[in-house]
Amino acid sequence: MRYFADVVALARKDLLLELRAKETVPAMLLFVLAALTIFHFVTPGGTKHVATLGLLWTALVFTALLGLTRAFVPEREQGLMDALVLAPCDRSTIWLAKSIAVLAFLGLAEVIALPAFGLFFSGVGWETVAAVALADVGICAVGTLTGAMAVAGRARELILPLLFLPLAIPVVVGGVGASVGAGSHYLGFLALYDAIFGLLAWATFEFVVSET
Amino acid sequence: MLTASNLSKRFGDKRVFERVDVSLAAGDFLLVTGPNGSGKTTLLRVLAGLAAPTSGELQLPARELVGYLGHEPLVYRELTPLENLQLFASLYRVPERGERIGMLLERFGLWEVRRQRVQTFSRGMQQRLGICRLLLHDPQLLVLDEPFNALDAAGAELLDGTLEELAARAVVVATHDPDRVGHLATERLAFA
Repeated sequence: MRYFADVVALARKDLLLELRAKETVPAMLLFVLAALTIFHFVTPGGTKHVATLGLLWTALVFTALLGLTRAFVPEREQGLMDALVLAPCDRSTIWLAKSIAVLAFLGLAEVIALPAFGLFFSGVGWETVAAVALADVGICAVGTLTGAMAVAGRARELILPLLFLPLAIPVVVGGVGASVGAGSHYLGFLALYDAIFGLLAWATFEFVVSET
Repeated sequence: MLTASNLSKRFGDKRVFERVDVSLAAGDFLLVTGPNGSGKTTLLRVLAGLAAPTSGELQLPARELVGYLGHEPLVYRELTPLENLQLFASLYRVPERGERIGMLLERFGLWEVRRQRVQTFSRGMQQRLGICRLLLHDPQLLVLDEPFNALDAAGAELLDGTLEELAARAVVVATHDPDRVGHLATERLAFA
C-alpha cells in the first residue's frame, strides 16, 4: 500500500505542476492540431483512409515525444532528482507516477486530436481508439524511462528522440496494424509490448536514476 | 553513522579527490573547506549517497536517516511551501506531519507565505524552505553544502541556532566561511 501511496503523491505533484505551469498539455495540443492541419493540406484529394491513419500515428508519436521531452524538466532545472532519489521510497514509484502523468497529458491531447482527425480526414473506428489507448501505455512506460536517461546526459534534447523513437517502432507497427483492420492480433501485440516493456522499465528505472 | 575509507573520485582522467577518510558518529560535526572546484560538493554528494566513489569503502546509514541540502534548495518552485513539505513528508512517512510542517514553517518564518508559490520567493526564502525540507524527517546524518548561501542575517542566525541544536546528530558542512560554524566542528577536512 505504501508503494501506491508514494505513486499517488508523486503523480499528484506532477499533475499539480502542469495545472500551475500550463506548459506541456497546451504545447502538445497545439502541436498535434498543427500536424494534422499540415497533413490535411499536404495529402491530395482521394488519399486512401489507410494512408491517412499512418499520418495520425505519426502525429501521435511525435506529440508524445513532445510531452516526454518536458516530463523531467522540473527535476532537471531545479536539481530535484536528487531529492526524489534520496527519499526512502522505491525509486520505481518515480517512474510509475511520471508515466501516469504523461499518460494523462497524452490522453488529453488525443481527446482533441482524434475528433480533429475525423474532421480533417474521416472518423476512426473502435480498433483505432483501442490501439491508441494501448499504445499510450507503452509509449509512456518506455518514454519515461528514456526521458530519465536523457536527463542525466548533456545533449538531452538529442538523446531522447534517439533512444525513444527506435523503441516506439513496434508501437507504430501495432497501432497502424490495428487501425487498418487487422484488429485483435495487433491489439494483442500492443498489450504484449506494454506488459514486456512496462515490466522492463519498472525494473530498470532504479539503475537509470541512481549512481550508487 | 558514516564510515568512509580511502575514498577517491575521478571523472575520466580528472581526479576530484583521493584517499579521503571520514568516520562520523552521532555528535560529530565535520567541516569541509576549500576553494571553488576543489571537490567539496562531489565529496558531499558521495557522503549523502547521491554519487558513487570511484574507489574506496563507504558505509552509509539508510536513506531515511540522511538529510541533504545542496546548492539548490530542492523544492518545486511551482508548488507552495505547504505542498512541497506535504509531498516530502509523505515520501519520508513523517509522523504527525501537520504539526511538524507547521512547526518548521513557523520557525523559519514561512508560515505566513505557506500558500504562496515558491517561485515568487527570494532565493533566501527558498533556501529557508530547503532547510525545512532537510529537517522535515528528523535525519540523523545531515549533509549541507554551502547552507548559508543566499540567507540574510536573520536566516543565517536561525541556521546557526539550528546547527547548534543538531549537536546530537552527525553533521557534514561544506562552506567558504569556516568562521561561521568553525566553533561547532569536531573534525575538519581541508581541500587544497
